[in-house]
Amino acid sequence: MGKVLMKGNEVIAEAAVHAGCKYFFGYPITPQSELVAYMARRLPEVGGLFLQAESEVAAINMVYGAAGTGVRVMTSSSSPGFSLKQEGISYLVGAELPALIVNVVRGGPGLGNIQPAQSDYFQVTKGGGHGDYHTPVLAPSTLQEIIDLTEAAFDIADRYRTPVILLGDGMLGQMMEPVEFKELSERKPEQKEWATTGTRGDGKPRIISSLELNADALEKRNELLQKKFTMIKQNEVRFETFETEDADYIVTAYGTAARIAMNAINKARKDGLKIGMIRPITLWPFPEQPFIATRDRVKGYLSVEMSAGQMVEDVRLAVEGKAPVSFFGRTGGVVPTQEEIYDQIIQLAGGVEV
Amino acid sequence: MTMKTVFEKTSGLTDNQTHYCPGCTHGIIHRMVGEVLEEMGILEDTVGVASVGCSVLSYEYFNCDMTQAAHGRAPAVATGIKRVLPDRFVFTYQGDGDLASIGIAEAVHAAARGENITVIFVNNAIYGMTGGQMAPTTLVGQKTATTPFGRDASIQGLPIRVSEMLSTLDGTAYIERVSTHDVPNILKAKKAIRKAFETQKQGLGFSMVEILSSCPTNWGLDPNESLDWIKDNMVPAYPLGVYKDVPKGGDEW
Repeated sequence: MGKVLMKGNEVIAEAAVHAGCKYFFGYPITPQSELVAYMARRLPEVGGLFLQAESEVAAINMVYGAAGTGVRVMTSSSSPGFSLKQEGISYLVGAELPALIVNVVRGGPGLGNIQPAQSDYFQVTKGGGHGDYHTPVLAPSTLQEIIDLTEAAFDIADRYRTPVILLGDGMLGQMMEPVEFKELSERKPEQKEWATTGTRGDGKPRIISSLELNADALEKRNELLQKKFTMIKQNEVRFETFETEDADYIVTAYGTAARIAMNAINKARKDGLKIGMIRPITLWPFPEQPFIATRDRVKGYLSVEMSAGQMVEDVRLAVEGKAPVSFFGRTGGVVPTQEEIYDQIIQLAGGVEV
Repeated sequence: MTMKTVFEKTSGLTDNQTHYCPGCTHGIIHRMVGEVLEEMGILEDTVGVASVGCSVLSYEYFNCDMTQAAHGRAPAVATGIKRVLPDRFVFTYQGDGDLASIGIAEAVHAAARGENITVIFVNNAIYGMTGGQMAPTTLVGQKTATTPFGRDASIQGLPIRVSEMLSTLDGTAYIERVSTHDVPNILKAKKAIRKAFETQKQGLGFSMVEILSSCPTNWGLDPNESLDWIKDNMVPAYPLGVYKDVPKGGDEW
């Protein structure tokens, strides 16, 4: 297949179809509405089903029901709608059901606006709903990467029986880029012995539930969940580094902010400054390793975000005080320019020699 | 001497002992649903959805695949299951707090879409599990933990008649309100449950049986008084009968 020019939201949708997802339950919200519309048209073509729910709350619970039958299923939303899905996400974790939830983040808090933001980082990486849990979070920075990460998200969801979050922002959702898909192939649906599909002669009834009234039993169950999270931390961390080997300073950013920051870093390198980059691809589990590997020799880190400073807390945890960590961000839907980021780098490095 | 079996426990229920209070009619309703699933021979093709409230543990009692839903969300969860598996039977089992309060949106929209599912709606005019608070179905004047002086329409508003409300929606195919306060009504209730599942079998759309039920513990009455209280107070407020019985909704659109 050759390259096609597509909008980010549509790429997510088509990537999900390529990953074998045939069921989508959603609710319109800007700036992810193209995803819903694309699925409404596309899923019937592959023998799947699109259903517009009455609310994000209903949509995530439809996902819960469908996930319980063992199929690949997803929903998508943007920040205010994603907040409404938190109840359902907590239940998906508790009942150990796989699903993909997309958050095309916009400015907040409250109704905020419809411009791109990264201010839901805390919400997606620290649990979000009630209870002791994390969900894997994948954060693409290009539309081509969306294709790989959407498939990876479904694989992780199935492998660990967990909801997985694909985190974009209004910029990634709305922008167009040429992308290339692999040939669409019919996937053999995985057999999931835990699925509730009617017993049909295969033994005792199965139960999908997150309820455990006995405290000791719930603690045991939670310990199993924690074991699963530990396994995810061991196996699923993804990140990318750029010229960190000789770097005096390292910029760290994800998603859209990482793309803009890369331009600033390239300019700084041209100006003779030794600047590197760490781009987390999984936000949970957070890639600590590239920070541990560099923290004893760099002069400092700069976390660049489209938020008031959220990921920077995880950077500080990974750096453990071994080097200074500074922050630059714009909020409320304002996207930082590469000039602004360049200026921050120059300030950090103590100026450019002329 | 030859022994003749005159009564057996339905295979529609597991052997687990239920946690329901003495005199509560949840047990009777469970049994009727279990019997209908057994009699129709559909236990192995059924996925049930438990809700939140006294019947939260119903997944331990129904002898079929079961999913436990978040509070009020059972019709949405059932929608997800049924849309993937249209040839399976899917039912929800919900109380009045779950369905008529926190889950009213999910109930209304599942009904409006004509989801081909069956809702077993147990109305006892109170929140049982949390200790007897006011439900949307609590009667005017009824004392509960959160209406200690009796429900006052000028403060808490008026009760919701769910069967009447949902029957106005074109997506609904069969809606009946029945009661558990005496044997003739229990027999009628079972027929209604059967009819609801038959409606689903024929693919006609949304079916619901609203079943007036007792809550001796939270009403502060003994089991017999509770049955009388259903008859004397609930039935006049929630008239029994068939509210909807159409071959297929939505044709006029």
